[in-house]
Amino acid sequence: MISLSEFLIFGGLLFSISVAGIFLNRKNVLVLLMAIELMLLAVNVNFVAFSHFSGDIDGQAFVFFVLTVAAAEAAIGLAILVTLFRNRRTINVEDLTEMKG
Amino acid sequence: MSLYQILFYVFASVAVLAAIRVVTVKNPVHAALYLVLTFFSTALIWILMEAEFLGIVLLLVYVGAVMVLFLFVVMMLDVNIAPLREGFIRNLPVGVFVALVMIIELALILGPATFGLELYPSPEPAPADAGNTLAIGQVLYTKFVYPFEIAAFILLVAIVAAIALAHRRRPGVHYQDIDAQVRVRAEDRVRIAELDADKTRRGDVAGDSKANQDKETS
Repeated sequence: MISLSEFLIFGGLLFSISVAGIFLNRKNVLVLLMAIELMLLAVNVNFVAFSHFSGDIDGQAFVFFVLTVAAAEAAIGLAILVTLFRNRRTINVEDLTEMKG
Repeated sequence: MSLYQILFYVFASVAVLAAIRVVTVKNPVHAALYLVLTFFSTALIWILMEAEFLGIVLLLVYVGAVMVLFLFVVMMLDVNIAPLREGFIRNLPVGVFVALVMIIELALILGPATFGLELYPSPEPAPADAGNTLAIGQVLYTKFVYPFEIAAFILLVAIVAAIALAHRRRPGVHYQDIDAQVRVRAEDRVRIAELDADKTRRGDVAGDSKANQDKETS
């Protein structure tokens, strides 16, 4: 049978890949949003794995809420992206220096 | 190796390879499609872990709605990819280094020594008539009913925010303004102008007088 550690390492792999993706695609907001989605997925894998192995359904209920918030985040993030592109004609993070951050 | 193990390793390797392609591929459309593949494989792994409801929700909500939204946006924006790829090679070593360090650290702490089968034995397979959806519903509508309402409200806020952000009023397009239509009064529409009658040129239109002159001469 598959042990809990293998499920957790699978989630850890997905999370590390998405962290590397944030480093690699620092300029492309679109791929950054995709990497964030991937991170949330990795966290959800951990929740489901612990829920399965401890026989407690609460973890799966929490995954349900995380999915809800992630969907809201994706919708608002993409709306901001569309507004940004309409005003600036670019989605390059380097060009977004209006707030001097 | 049992079928369960073979399926897990197949799905996990597909998901990890697709995730690597998501962050390295050049075209954002391909990245979104690889992300769909990652979600799909992960949903199958969740179903292997007897979380059928969440697996199907991941497919329907994520692959069906969120990723289609991503694809819409990617295809709508006319993005020049070349300048966005500039720092890719420069950031490649540090990105791979950080990812490798994280993977090694996670493997150390999550390895078989701490979360192996001896410490966490695999649970008994659920009977065929066990309802995962029923079990989630039983906690969702009793224990977590308040967070459930808040989640619904967050979705409502997201709808309003997304529409308010992305909606634009273009100048030159005629909209129906119901308020203005209801508020209108008769004096806004019809203006009665008081004019004095013109008494200086009584009945002598130019054409008529000329016709009269013609009659007299002939």
